[in-house]
Amino acid sequence: MSAVTFHEDRLDTVMKRADTHTIPPAEAPPRSRPTPFFETERGRAWLAGAGGLLRAAVPPGIGLALFVLLWHLVAASSDGLPGPAPTWEAAKALFADPFYDNGPNDMGIGWNILHSLYRVGVGFGLAALVGIPAGFLLGRFAFLSGMAAPIISLLRPVSPLAWLPIGLMVFQVAEPASIFVIFISSIWPIILNTAAGVARVPQDYMNVARVLNLSEWKIFTRILFPSVLPHLMTGIRLSIGVAWLVIVAAEMLTGGVGIGFWVWDEWNNLNVEHILIAIFIVGIVGLLLEQTLMWVAKRFSYA
Amino acid sequence: MHHYLQIENASMVFDTKNGKFTALAGIDLHMRQGEFVSLIGHSGCGKSTLLNLVAGLNEPTEGVLLLAEKEIKGPGPERGVVFQNHSLLPWLSCYGNVHLAVERVFGASESKRRLRERAMAALELVGLAHAAHKHPHEISGGMKQRVGIARALAMEPKVLLLDEPFGALDALTRASLQDELMRIVRDTAATVIMVTHDVDEAVLLSDRIVMLTNGPAATIGEILEVDLPRPRDRLQLAEDPGYHHLRSQVLAFLYQKQRRPAKAA
Ligand SMILES: Nc1ncnc2c1ncn2[C@@H]1O[C@H](COP(=O)(O)OP(=O)(O)OP(=O)(O)O)[C@@H](O)[C@H]1O
Ligand SMILES: [Mg+2]
Repeated sequence: MSAVTFHEDRLDTVMKRADTHTIPPAEAPPRSRPTPFFETERGRAWLAGAGGLLRAAVPPGIGLALFVLLWHLVAASSDGLPGPAPTWEAAKALFADPFYDNGPNDMGIGWNILHSLYRVGVGFGLAALVGIPAGFLLGRFAFLSGMAAPIISLLRPVSPLAWLPIGLMVFQVAEPASIFVIFISSIWPIILNTAAGVARVPQDYMNVARVLNLSEWKIFTRILFPSVLPHLMTGIRLSIGVAWLVIVAAEMLTGGVGIGFWVWDEWNNLNVEHILIAIFIVGIVGLLLEQTLMWVAKRFSYA
Repeated sequence: MHHYLQIENASMVFDTKNGKFTALAGIDLHMRQGEFVSLIGHSGCGKSTLLNLVAGLNEPTEGVLLLAEKEIKGPGPERGVVFQNHSLLPWLSCYGNVHLAVERVFGASESKRRLRERAMAALELVGLAHAAHKHPHEISGGMKQRVGIARALAMEPKVLLLDEPFGALDALTRASLQDELMRIVRDTAATVIMVTHDVDEAVLLSDRIVMLTNGPAATIGEILEVDLPRPRDRLQLAEDPGYHHLRSQVLAFLYQKQRRPAKAA
């Protein structure tokens, strides 16, 4: 038996008294400075993310830099082509006031872009309105597709601009004529991809439709449409791409407000910087359209 | 004698790129209402093809199929099908897949609420009420198969056509769904044709086991009457000599009489 009795419960009460906790140990280390952000968990994750981004950005960055360098060298050794620096200056001036309006022949670059987008939107919208139902019909009924096949194969390879005289003749005015050119050149990818999608609906799904004895409407909404949607989105993407390609050329010929006509106008003014800027604008807007549609397509894919 | 389902001298010839391919030749089979028949045979012999004929998805190139004395001309809501590859629509949730079937069969006569209840009840039956909102790509193969089963059962069909319905399931789930199927068939007096590769499953569930010869031009090799009393209990059957005798007869057919021909290299 030991002389010292150890009362656990009593020790406990002592420990629980408020003052015992507040007394710092004698050799407490001095309060350290707060951990720097880049050494915390979040900071490290941030760094890793930034590193990944950096690694992903390095090759395109080098590519662009080389491109600009090459451009500079070519421009330096030619007497007409402006280099990157003057082009950049011109772009800054141009985008300082993109939405001025001095009458129909002198409008800001923003207006020109919007006008072109509007024509593409209307022409493409009409193409979708006609092309999607047509694609479904051609995909579903072999007879119709047999009927349409020779017409489509004949008309599809026709250069879009070959339609412009027809449009001008029919509509008498430039505006609907250029929309008609967009319509006729962007409708084929929609029709063909939709029809291919319908023809490729897996037999299994059609068997389900038959076994469940679904109505034509239910077959369309529950089986055909969702199954065709990815193909349809591909068609729409191709179609918008074509429309944007064609609009510049069509506007060059028809005039009015629009990026295509603007390019032509600047060529007549011998303002080559602006032509180069227009090329970048067309490229960037096309890229944005494409990316937006890719994003939409992803939202619509089910798997 | 009157038969509910009659398959008379049915043959199925497919047109393929390499000419004609005779899958089935001269199939004769008569079934009573409420009978449970299993189709068993080696892979590729034509079991799914035969089932598709009864489902009405294909028409026989020769012969005729009659259901309740009417020729089978196409699929009908009185025949529920569970496909071998489950065939769920990937853009609908499990619930949506089942509801599509329920809506078609009962939509005209029942309230929306009742339809919802039916769809959920069917999912509950296969133990998937908790996955009702999930899409097919979010669930396992076995779960997909169970949704396929729920979809067919929800239609309350008079004839159930099951193409390896329990193929992708683990032994435990398989056993419980087999029991569930036996109970449903007893309650609804459904007529069932089930394709299976599992000899035990065939003996446990069937009134008759139809054994197909190897293709091409497969036909019925033997029909085995399973005269075990119902209700059947898998544990009791395990000790039943009659059960083992039946089992070995099927095995003998499959592995002696219809030995899988060695594939030409
Ligand atoms: N649509 C078709 N076109 C051509 N041949 C087919 C078609 N469907 C099936 N076959 C052929 O018919 C035969 C039987 O096929 P089936 O799918 O009925 O076999 P199965 O017995 O169900 O096989 P498994 O057990 O592997 O599912 C096979 O040789 C197959 O290649
Ligand atoms: Mg099969």
